[in-house]
Amino acid sequence: MPAPIRLRELIRTIRTARTQAEEREMIQKECAAIRSSFREEDNTYRCRNVAKLLYMHMLGYPAHFGQLECLKLIASQKFTDKRIGYLGAMLLLDERQDVHLLMTNCIKNDLNHSTQYVQGLALCTLGCMGSSEMCRDLAGEVEKLLKTSNSYLRKKAALCAVHVIRKVPELMEMFLPATKNLLNEKNHGVLHTSVVLLTEMCERSPDMLAHFRKNEKLVPQLVRILKNLIMSGYSPEHDVSGISDPFLQVRILRLLRILGRNDDDSSEAMNDILAQVATNTETSKNVGNAILYETVLTIMDIKSESGLRVLAINILGRFLLNNDKNIRYVALTSLLKTVQTDHNAVQRHRSTIVDCLKDLDVSIKRRAMELSFALVNGNNIRGMMKELLYFLDSCEPEFKADCASGIFLAAEKYAPSKRWHIDTIMRVLTTAGSYVRDDAVPNLIQLITNSVEMHAYTVQRLYKAILGDYSQQPLVQVAAWCIGEYGDLLVSGQCEEEEPIQVTEDEVLDILESVLISNMSTSVTRGYALTAIMKLSTRFTCTVNRIKKVVSIYGSSIDVELQQRAVEYNALFKKYDHMRSALLERMPVMEKVTTNGPTEIVQTNGETEPAPLETKPPPSGPQPTSQANDLLDLLGGNDITPVIPTAPTSKPASAGGELLDLLGDINLTGAPAAAPAPASVPQVAQPPFLLDGLSSQPLFNDITTGIPSITAYSKNGLKIEFTFERSNTNPSVTVITIQASNSTELDMTDFVFQAAVPKTFQLQLLSPSSSVVPAFNTGTITQVIKVLNPQKQQLRMRIKLTYNHKGSAMQDLAEVNNFPPQSWQ
Amino acid sequence: MQFMLLFSRQGKLRLQKWYVSLSDREKKKITREIVQTVLARKPKMCSFLEWRDLKIVYKRYATLYFCCAIEDQENELITLEIIHRYVELLDKYFGSVCELDIIFNFEKAYFILDEFLLGGEVQETSKKNILKAIEQADLLQEISYSTSLLC
Repeated sequence: MPAPIRLRELIRTIRTARTQAEEREMIQKECAAIRSSFREEDNTYRCRNVAKLLYMHMLGYPAHFGQLECLKLIASQKFTDKRIGYLGAMLLLDERQDVHLLMTNCIKNDLNHSTQYVQGLALCTLGCMGSSEMCRDLAGEVEKLLKTSNSYLRKKAALCAVHVIRKVPELMEMFLPATKNLLNEKNHGVLHTSVVLLTEMCERSPDMLAHFRKNEKLVPQLVRILKNLIMSGYSPEHDVSGISDPFLQVRILRLLRILGRNDDDSSEAMNDILAQVATNTETSKNVGNAILYETVLTIMDIKSESGLRVLAINILGRFLLNNDKNIRYVALTSLLKTVQTDHNAVQRHRSTIVDCLKDLDVSIKRRAMELSFALVNGNNIRGMMKELLYFLDSCEPEFKADCASGIFLAAEKYAPSKRWHIDTIMRVLTTAGSYVRDDAVPNLIQLITNSVEMHAYTVQRLYKAILGDYSQQPLVQVAAWCIGEYGDLLVSGQCEEEEPIQVTEDEVLDILESVLISNMSTSVTRGYALTAIMKLSTRFTCTVNRIKKVVSIYGSSIDVELQQRAVEYNALFKKYDHMRSALLERMPVMEKVTTNGPTEIVQTNGETEPAPLETKPPPSGPQPTSQANDLLDLLGGNDITPVIPTAPTSKPASAGGELLDLLGDINLTGAPAAAPAPASVPQVAQPPFLLDGLSSQPLFNDITTGIPSITAYSKNGLKIEFTFERSNTNPSVTVITIQASNSTELDMTDFVFQAAVPKTFQLQLLSPSSSVVPAFNTGTITQVIKVLNPQKQQLRMRIKLTYNHKGSAMQDLAEVNNFPPQSWQ
Repeated sequence: MQFMLLFSRQGKLRLQKWYVSLSDREKKKITREIVQTVLARKPKMCSFLEWRDLKIVYKRYATLYFCCAIEDQENELITLEIIHRYVELLDKYFGSVCELDIIFNFEKAYFILDEFLLGGEVQETSKKNILKAIEQADLLQEISYSTSLLC
């Protein structure tokens, strides 16, 4: 049997392969030879064969059949064998392998070997990849070696102990006695590994931490060692660019950080040395900056005095100006960590940070962007926003979404004026319109709605923006919605803020129709556009026929959502034209609901206190707490019209939520006033059934008749009757038509009907036919209420009536409990 | 440190040291991902990047990329020094080290690394001591074989 080829020979051969296939062939051939050699139990060449196997393993080929051979090598008496055997074990025999544990005995023996290099191999292997069982078995041996005077072994034992503790934390205690004298060593290797071991113990166990602080007086020892390192003269063995053993310095600083954290005494004891390191360390090379970096991290994390903290931030500020990118990067990372606690100090470096937005490196740009957003406040908003918008323009696509969201948030918090706010939004929409997050669209719409005096300006700017380009979906959606709402302002040229443009109704419809037709428009955008066109039917005067035509065309659209809408809008034109103007009238100012959805709603379970809200800068709308009051005092006459027009768009009418919870137990569950996450973009709660009711089946058809009507209220000459309709296809919905009649001799004017239902129901009130109940029963006011009752509970309702009669204001509250079972079962 | 990878500009792996337990498949996947990401970096970019919940510190020496994955609390700048120290050790040992030395003597590269780091931490900060230990171990290897059957 010829001797197996040498390792280097094999490497040379394999490297001559010109294709992957050729290489594979060579490897397979050699593997076959190695396998047969293993089968023959050849001791002489086992080492060589395993080495070759390890080479092939690195190329990516399977080598598991060599596992047992590694074990045999480890058990051999020859040092060469052991060296390769342990290397093989570390590469092929990790703890997931079945045969891993078979190593334990060999390692145990080798830990007690007469040659320190063999002991070293064993310690190294155990410390790199020993499993928990192995660590448990061999911890005793490691602990013994931790106490040896041989520094070569002692340093390895210390790191081996670190691994044991990481794998089996309960064993930490047993290493405690051995740590007593570790720091008395002169050998830097032992010192370094001891500091690592102490760090691991202090990080894992608060008891250990306390023990080392108090009993062992670790801080003074470490301070002493660090001082010696700094003050001592040149030591060629440990010198790196003029600094003595930077690795050890950094580890000591890190351990000091852990010891000083939340502990005044320890922090004080290390104050001087930290200041010394911070001021005396050479900063021209990376190694000095590495030490300064660690020092800064320590200063910021312990209870340091303010002078030291300022020193630290200034070091970071200097880092920002360093030519070395890596230094700038760590500076930005550290500043990001400290910006909350030392805000003012960081503000001083704002202009440098903003400059970093222009850096070429992506990681630096991201850090700078995050930091910039953290530094925005009421004073610097204008300047910062200019920079951030410029950044948004020029940055990579991966940043645009985050940057846009950040800008919206900052603008909301600190906008100096409404006009500025709208302009900023416009700028974002036009620059990065396609990267704006979907949930930003409803928020923007709400913002625009609430800026009442800016409506004309806003709609004009949006119109101009999409004239040229209607490919950016969020921009088009917002624009379409606004045009639908404020189209009348657009064509009448009412803009105050800037030169009003001349637009005809046809031109507006042109652009909306283009959006509808365009291939670039998503289904959602088309929905917006169609609804906008429909709304314009009540705002435009000359083009109603055109609108009717468009709407009827889409009645046969293949897009189900569009078709649904078009069919219903058609119905509005045909059968319910008398309700059209009321249904499509201008949206009221929306309540800002700061919640992230149902999961944030706090269960108060009968308590009358709402859960404490997290502090958040007040949004431009009413505060959440005042909303809670609104629920209780809803009928106390605030500005919000209690009537919600059925908005057939996906814009939620948040006012719907407030009409709930008027009954009996003042339970604020279901209130939108829940604790928001501070950084979240506020969202508006959505009563889903309003849309379901529209989109899943047409109402007013398919109804169940024959439900007896009831007199809900009859007092002082005012009578209110309820008649019911229910849909067969959606039995949770009950439609109540109320009729109010007046038998007195004088009219009742300014009549307002309001209703509330228990929280398991949802309610929607449509526009009344008028606000005057004529005398002598000569006419009635009709109004439609839709009730969603998914749990089929007994219908109950509380109503409030206000009107003027005989010269005085009248008000009454009543409960309606006589609903017929067929109306809710 | 969780792992260290050395690879060429073509993405060929020259050394892999793992200080955490992962399956072979995972190791391959991670290696592929990181090699791809690092090779895609432009020369003017900084030496750090975020990858999953780790920080990757890398530096190119001639045709070889040295790449370390460290945890959040570890110091990136000193990791660069660790990489540099390892290169210095290889350089001293091989005499003006180049990629070929590491290819043909990969086991020695591992031995040197294992004298410098243990379990992902620095075990010896003196260059002299590390090289002395390697020298002694090599001698021991020579003695245990009258002729070396490895090379």
